[in-house]
Amino acid sequence: MALNRTDVEKIAHLARLQIDESSVPEYATNLSNILDLISQMQSIDTSDVEPLAHPLDAVQRLRADNITENNQREHLQTVAPSVESGLFLVPKVIE
Amino acid sequence: MLNKTLAELAKGLDQGEFSSVELTQAYLERIKREDSKYNSFITVTEELALTQATAADETRAAGNATSMTGLPIAHKDIFCTQGVRTSAGSKMLDNFVSPYDATVIRQFNAAGAVTLGKTNMDEFAMGSSNESSFYGPSRNPWNTDHVPGGSSGGSAAAIAAGLAPAATGTDTGGSIRQPAAFCNLTGLKPTYGRVSRYGMIAYASSLDQGGPMAQTAEDAAMMMNVMAGLDPLDSTSADRQVPDYTAKLDAPLTGLKIGLPKEFLSANLNPEMATLIHAAVKEYEALGATVTEVSLPNTALSVPAYYIIAPAEASSNLSRFDGVRYGYRCEDPKNLEDMYKRTRGEGFGTEVKRRIMVGTYALSEGFYDAYYKKAQQIRRLIQEDFVRVLSEVDVIMGPTTPTPAFKLGEKTSDPVEMYMEDIFTLSLNLAGLPGMSIPCGMNNGLPVGLQIIGNYFAEEKLLNVAHKFQQATDWHTLKPAGL
Amino acid sequence: MEWETVIGLEIHAQLATNTKIFSGASTAFGAEPNTQACAVDLALPGTLPVFNESALRMAVMFGTAIDAEIGKVSVFDRKNYFYPDLPKGYQTSQLFYPIVGEGHIDIELEDGTTKRIGVTRAHLEEDAGKSLHEEFTSQTGIDLNRAGTPLLEIVSEPDMRSAEEAVAYVKKIHALVTNLGICDGNMAEGSFRCDCNVSVRYKGEELGNRTETKNINSFRFIEKAIKGEVIRQIDILEDGGRITQETRLYDADKDETRSMRSKEEANDYRYFPCPDLLPIVIDDEYIDTIRKALPELPDVRRSRFVDTYQLSAYDAGVLSSYKPLSDFFETVTTVSADAKLSANWVMGELSKHLNQHDTDIKNSPVSALQLGGLLQRIKDNTISGNIAKKVFEAMWNEGGSADEIIEAKGLKQVTDTGAIEKIVDEVIANNQKQVDQYTAAEPDKRGKMIGFFMGQVMKASGGKANPGQVQGLMKQKLDALC
Repeated sequence: MALNRTDVEKIAHLARLQIDESSVPEYATNLSNILDLISQMQSIDTSDVEPLAHPLDAVQRLRADNITENNQREHLQTVAPSVESGLFLVPKVIE
Repeated sequence: MLNKTLAELAKGLDQGEFSSVELTQAYLERIKREDSKYNSFITVTEELALTQATAADETRAAGNATSMTGLPIAHKDIFCTQGVRTSAGSKMLDNFVSPYDATVIRQFNAAGAVTLGKTNMDEFAMGSSNESSFYGPSRNPWNTDHVPGGSSGGSAAAIAAGLAPAATGTDTGGSIRQPAAFCNLTGLKPTYGRVSRYGMIAYASSLDQGGPMAQTAEDAAMMMNVMAGLDPLDSTSADRQVPDYTAKLDAPLTGLKIGLPKEFLSANLNPEMATLIHAAVKEYEALGATVTEVSLPNTALSVPAYYIIAPAEASSNLSRFDGVRYGYRCEDPKNLEDMYKRTRGEGFGTEVKRRIMVGTYALSEGFYDAYYKKAQQIRRLIQEDFVRVLSEVDVIMGPTTPTPAFKLGEKTSDPVEMYMEDIFTLSLNLAGLPGMSIPCGMNNGLPVGLQIIGNYFAEEKLLNVAHKFQQATDWHTLKPAGL
Repeated sequence: MEWETVIGLEIHAQLATNTKIFSGASTAFGAEPNTQACAVDLALPGTLPVFNESALRMAVMFGTAIDAEIGKVSVFDRKNYFYPDLPKGYQTSQLFYPIVGEGHIDIELEDGTTKRIGVTRAHLEEDAGKSLHEEFTSQTGIDLNRAGTPLLEIVSEPDMRSAEEAVAYVKKIHALVTNLGICDGNMAEGSFRCDCNVSVRYKGEELGNRTETKNINSFRFIEKAIKGEVIRQIDILEDGGRITQETRLYDADKDETRSMRSKEEANDYRYFPCPDLLPIVIDDEYIDTIRKALPELPDVRRSRFVDTYQLSAYDAGVLSSYKPLSDFFETVTTVSADAKLSANWVMGELSKHLNQHDTDIKNSPVSALQLGGLLQRIKDNTISGNIAKKVFEAMWNEGGSADEIIEAKGLKQVTDTGAIEKIVDEVIANNQKQVDQYTAAEPDKRGKMIGFFMGQVMKASGGKANPGQVQGLMKQKLDALC
């Protein structure tokens, strides 16, 4: 499975990753090699096999609907890149 | 007082040979003096350590000490530590001072342990050599031209270099066991769900598991007593009784059934290592165990399955690093998309970007069935292999790695070659089983690890099996030259 | 050829839990920005979700109420996309195995018939935060208080054929979720939101391309948005154009929908099962317990109102649509012992005041007991209906019981026959012209003419004369003159 420049750029966009123009060929080669490695799976017939999402046969625990978190805004926003009036700021979003 | 095991240090503290403050200071000084050679710490938490050590000494004086009170340890920089930078080895979190503690950190703090610092690691735990760290690679104390393994390479290097008596690690595809093997340590990857993942920065949620890295199985057992248990904050944490992991360390191994998977002792393995593994197994026979050959036919498929599942989960887990609420944000973003792309493009290193892209591709429209679903099906086949074999034997043994520690830069140019390093460790994570690596010999001056795999929640048995070997051999006591 | 409209709806109902779907932070509306966004809601590195049991219970309540298949095993999936008010970069939702499967609900059409609308599924998911575009010039502010609020997304079959049917369906779902107490139904606050999928086709032909209109926050706007969208699509098609499959935004100020450019780019959500959450497994016992404990559903209540109180189908429909309203009505009726009168007052004077003051019945300044007390005084002739309106006004503004207000303002009805007779005599004496007309009129026309004299008497008595007594006396006296 060989990925070309367009594929790499499309994936990078979907993942919101800026990739240097110059390193695209290297990504294309490496990703293609990885996909070749991965393609080994295709030789196995798994048509009757139930996918395994989780190693343990466990079920979801439920949490009681009680408020356990109080306002920690100042504390939690100390690590924020840009904050004003309690809001996280990002470049203007145009809808 | 340095170069001792946790158990020995606990004894020393108990008998008043030294205080926790003295012990902590000695380690801090040694880190300051020596770590430039190994780059094993990202952050040394001197002030925190001394505060905790002082408190530990007071606790001991008041007669309230536990077996962990006052013992200094290091934490992999993947565990969120309140008030301390928690970087996950990434530029993305270089400025991230965690506002909260991971459950594992909380548990060690509550037990009175002292945090020496946060250890180096592959960026977001993605790597097998520690070379993908934003903070530069950590080096193997046995030979600093070689890697300490990864992703918990900093923890391994720190212990091997005598900069910490023990450390926490995490294991998604071998990240505790492989560096333990490379650095002559005892590392335990517990059953998935045995140790809380809350506050442990996620790489691949269905595979990640925290565990101890130590000099002996006994020390690992002491740490498991602190780390294991149900956490209401982690939906995937197991609701199951936690034994005292030190209680049955000495139980005899008479009648222990060992399975040797032929797939682990075949072509991929360096013959000198194979000899060491067979010698270790002989030792177990001497201890009363019986050995049979078993087969895990889907072992080879664990590499492709893992390299779909882990990147797919990672691509989603790492979407939260967007420059909005914490962490790195690029300079002067032109608009929202520019902010996302440059923040993530500049904040993540090459290997992380590569895995995010593989995962994104595998999950994208039209490919889900061929990649992700297929990998989950293979995952079941791999699990079924183990379940079948473990119904016949008590433990499975084999090498932890195909070769001893390789040289820095040796495998960085070809990611696929690097991924093949994990061939013996990945399958365990896919199945969710517990596994250990313990020292079993030297190859060209570099340590070799024996991997021991047990059934679900059989950590107590694994520690017992490892401990008995360490009672009978002294491979684990070997130290790098000059220590 | 005749155009046919095809409508399917996606309703997002915020579940009335105390805490978020995956964290212990409060879901209360209106707090200062980001004061109800905890470490999990902010998606701090290392944080993990734990599922809220109330959200599960409420979803199952809804499922049992619409007679749906309940997913014994349901699974959370991740829907991946980047947006600043989506902290994790994915929304936790249920794509492959939803908690509620196929069900249905019946709506009443204007012609009195009912129509069954299919509910395809209803699944649990988390709400996003809010992006505030207006506060800053070149920046958008992000408030994550809403992030992680549990939502039940209710997806209908494309079974509706007009805006009216769509509104009837939405109202029905609204009545149901508020009656069940699983959603507060507040559309202005966004607790109950609706996305409309609209397409048009020539009757009997294949489904055409559809548009999805978001951001509609009132029943009236749903109707307007759909009608506008239908006209827009027919115009395009009749001009030989094609409908672009897209997401549109309803602008209530301009009463039009417009394309959402930012979402135009083809999305690839890369759904996969969330590895941080395990399958939700429930058994029959859990479902049965919930089914048995369901409160009376609106349809059942409506029939009961017709049967027990002899209300008209319309009145019963209105009064059963919203549980607080139903409860209010029933309390008033218990006190007043007159269902018809109570229905008239609750749907009339009370609703008028609530609308004018934009107040929910739960916050009505006049309680059901107060209103019931007032109606008792109408029934026992202490006051007339008109005076009662004045008493109600005073009650609304100043509080107090009917008796206190009647006493304080001296509004008690005059029933003293002598006093009334005196006023009647005066009115007859002072209005000779009208008396002459009355006596000259044909007997069957006189009934209508008496209204004038009634009015004069009520005016002279300050409205306090008992209208029944006045009418009797006046007729008797006027007829005596004929």
